[in-house]
Amino acid sequence: MSAKVPAPRYAGRLIAALLIAVALCLLGGVTARALDANGQLEDPTLQARFERVVKDLRCLVCQNESIADSNVELARDLRRQVREMLVAGKSDDEIFDFMTDRYGEFVRFNPPLDRKTALIWGAPFIVLLLGILIIVRVVRGRSRMPLDDEASPGPL
Amino acid sequence: MWKFLLPFAAFIALAVLFAFGLNPKRDIHALPSPLIGKPAPSIALTDVMDPARPVNNSEFKGQVYIVNVWGTWCEACRQEHGALLEIAQQKVVPIIGLVYQDQRDKAKLWLEQLGNPYAAVAFDTDGRTAIDWGVYGAPETFLVDSRGRIIYKFISPMTPEVWRREFLPRIAAARGAGA
Repeated sequence: MSAKVPAPRYAGRLIAALLIAVALCLLGGVTARALDANGQLEDPTLQARFERVVKDLRCLVCQNESIADSNVELARDLRRQVREMLVAGKSDDEIFDFMTDRYGEFVRFNPPLDRKTALIWGAPFIVLLLGILIIVRVVRGRSRMPLDDEASPGPL
Repeated sequence: MWKFLLPFAAFIALAVLFAFGLNPKRDIHALPSPLIGKPAPSIALTDVMDPARPVNNSEFKGQVYIVNVWGTWCEACRQEHGALLEIAQQKVVPIIGLVYQDQRDKAKLWLEQLGNPYAAVAFDTDGRTAIDWGVYGAPETFLVDSRGRIIYKFISPMTPEVWRREFLPRIAAARGAGA
């Protein structure tokens, strides 16, 4: 019977320990910067945006890889930067602006359409138009030529 | 007649394009920095020799100075070190070192063994300062004027010739402008 006396004290300690554990978990969650065990952002929409943004940013060390694919330290630093800006509530455009302010337009795989890049974006259409013009000319020229079987012997 | 000239003109155009594009002397990794003409980002780090000593580029405001990005992992930085020592001896402008993606001990040893051309050496612990400066490799060397704006960036090892050709005239011009 006397053994029961200290029980409430143990219970009190147990509750205190549990409370501390819960508090630590909550704190840990905050300091982990909203990342889950796989290093992904916990918010799936943020993670989706993260993946889209880093695919459009060039790793300037390897140049033909995006920072999503590259393992060099700069790409890692830039991925961390993107993640932090997303968590801080920055828009995709703000992140792209941050990068182009420091690294230039070249950092983007998908440069925005503006006066400087108009020629690049327009070039395929200009070439297509030129091709159509050439085909039209050739076809018209041929249609004016006599057909083989009714051809009179050409000037040879 | 123009039909016969067209292939010839196309050939000339391609030749000019290739002469520029395939020029072996052109460094395809050297990118123009969008920071030219912009205020130099702040460096607020600690000294590589002494973590308790702050290094702040605001202390250099009002004078022309150079920021040289390096790391002990970078072979080209070893190459340019002699040139930096030589430049430091001329005492034209102070050189601030920015140690990038490196360890303090290694950087310390490097300076003890090879000599220290820097007025101050900042240790970038997490690469954030380097991102602000648009650094994507080493060595990179920035020239900052007395109004605190970046006026030139050189990507490649520094040599006495580059110093004479690219830096000295710009330093003289920056000072001549009364800036």
